[in-house]
Amino acid sequence: MNELTTKTAAELAAAVAGGEVSAAEVTAAHLARIEAVEGQVNAFLHVAADAAARASEIDARRAAGAPLGPLGGVPVAVKDLFATVGMPTTCGSRILEGWHPPYESTITRRLREAGAILIGKTNMDEFAMGSSTENSAYGPSHNPWDLSFVPGGSSGGSAAAVAAYEAPLALGTDTGGSIREPAAVCGIVGTKPTYGGSSRYGVVAFASSLDTPGPLARSVLDAALLHEAMSGHDPMDSTSIDAPVPPVVAAARQADVAGMRIGIVSEFSGEGYQPGVMTRFNEAVELLESLGAKVTEISCRHFKYAMPAYYLIAPSEVSSNLARFDGMRYGLRASASSAEETMSLSRDAGFGDEAKRRIVLGTYALSSGYYDAYYGKAQQVRTLIIRDFDAAFEQVDVLVSPSSPTTAFPIGERADDPIAMYLADLCTIPSNLAGNAAISVPCGLAPENGLPVGLHVMAPVLADDRLYRVGAAVEAAFESRWGHPLLTEAKGLSA
Amino acid sequence: MAITRDEVAHLARLSRLALSDEELDHLAPQLDQIISSVAQVQEVAAEGIPPTSHATGLTNVFRDDEPVACLSPAEALFGAPAEELQRFKVPRILVEE
Repeated sequence: MNELTTKTAAELAAAVAGGEVSAAEVTAAHLARIEAVEGQVNAFLHVAADAAARASEIDARRAAGAPLGPLGGVPVAVKDLFATVGMPTTCGSRILEGWHPPYESTITRRLREAGAILIGKTNMDEFAMGSSTENSAYGPSHNPWDLSFVPGGSSGGSAAAVAAYEAPLALGTDTGGSIREPAAVCGIVGTKPTYGGSSRYGVVAFASSLDTPGPLARSVLDAALLHEAMSGHDPMDSTSIDAPVPPVVAAARQADVAGMRIGIVSEFSGEGYQPGVMTRFNEAVELLESLGAKVTEISCRHFKYAMPAYYLIAPSEVSSNLARFDGMRYGLRASASSAEETMSLSRDAGFGDEAKRRIVLGTYALSSGYYDAYYGKAQQVRTLIIRDFDAAFEQVDVLVSPSSPTTAFPIGERADDPIAMYLADLCTIPSNLAGNAAISVPCGLAPENGLPVGLHVMAPVLADDRLYRVGAAVEAAFESRWGHPLLTEAKGLSA
Repeated sequence: MAITRDEVAHLARLSRLALSDEELDHLAPQLDQIISSVAQVQEVAAEGIPPTSHATGLTNVFRDDEPVACLSPAEALFGAPAEELQRFKVPRILVEE
């Protein structure tokens, strides 16, 4: 493996800006890595044909003395639900196979302007619904720690690409844990920013009140660099927050938790939690205490209803958002004599099982007669979860839990057991319902299977910087204890 | 049982999903299980609690109505399954009785 692919984004940006290496060399090294390992990982649905040309443009800008931008020459892998001009956008679905968006998402446009090289589009659970990438119409991605295991999901292709050194950075989206859970089970860093902190313009909608684009990276500082470059108010997204981006990069450099008040969520332990996950989580908490944090236990009693509430709210929004895929103006069209029959046949042929389950479930929850008992009640539970967070954040600065109750699971194990699959997001869902910020950082390997465990840190709305203070402090202390980054222990790839 | 196979078939029709019999056999018991599970929300005492549809409390936003560049017909029609005279060509919507 070319050593350029093991560098952090921060190192690569500095080396390109300083003329020690060209953007063309950095891009070529990553394209060669993709070529070498994609047969094993299947992280990408599309590799950018223009990546080398874009890199040469960055090098030309540098030669002309023009500023390169904070990510000048750094490759970024993009989850395949960001609209990208010049690359297909399939959302992991047969219904959008071969579709080329006519416009660019705000976030990918910002990254191009920041000098990033968009190196390809990554695999995902169809329309971001799932926790394993097994719901992709294009086959599952594989976990670089063990290729017979899932890389998590729905941003599993992005997480696997970063963990396999195919890209130093990747974009994901998190609606119920779809950045944090794959980051945790692949042993990397992933952040769900505050809802509205990152633009949804040009991000194909799953559940609009929950969808949050965010970064995946191999280091906390790298995640902060991508977080900062992608974030900020966007007039094209009416739910975008018009406020300054929290100082996430400065916080990652500060990496200090002395005096910080940290709350352990009591509800996120016990039955269903893998013992090795709890071992590593408890070690991380002890580490935070040794670094000067004040740790207490906090009960958020409505969090146990977050998952049922989520599986009413998200499918309700899905049933509405996926109604646009009707085979009329773009996407797959089945042949039939009437428009209605064409729609029904196109949607049956184009959507996979999980999309169909959620469309039907959402249609049910929104039906007259059931609305108050299901969707209406779930919306009230959402209020109670927000109140639990508000009360907790009066006592502590951040909350912590495991990122997921278990490590990665074998491909196929939960593929046709929806409830078992949904449990992977047990700890991450409350922050989507409440819109606050949260991160997953590696905290070791579960003793029973040697697979990565993530520490989940939750901060109040627009206090995203706290995630990076805690994350960077934990990362520095663990890496000093281990003597190396966790990911160097991943041995699943034969190249 | 929270939901029957016939109810799932009805919801699928409302959702414009032409599920096959095999798909209904497969999905209906799973949906029954999922609905039984999400029904836990009904245990929560929530009388008088206002619903939240959106976490960050934003209200509607407006912009000035100014003309901006838009897609060309060729760009808009790029992904069209069928087109005619710069328009999306679709199957007939009204069927003669």
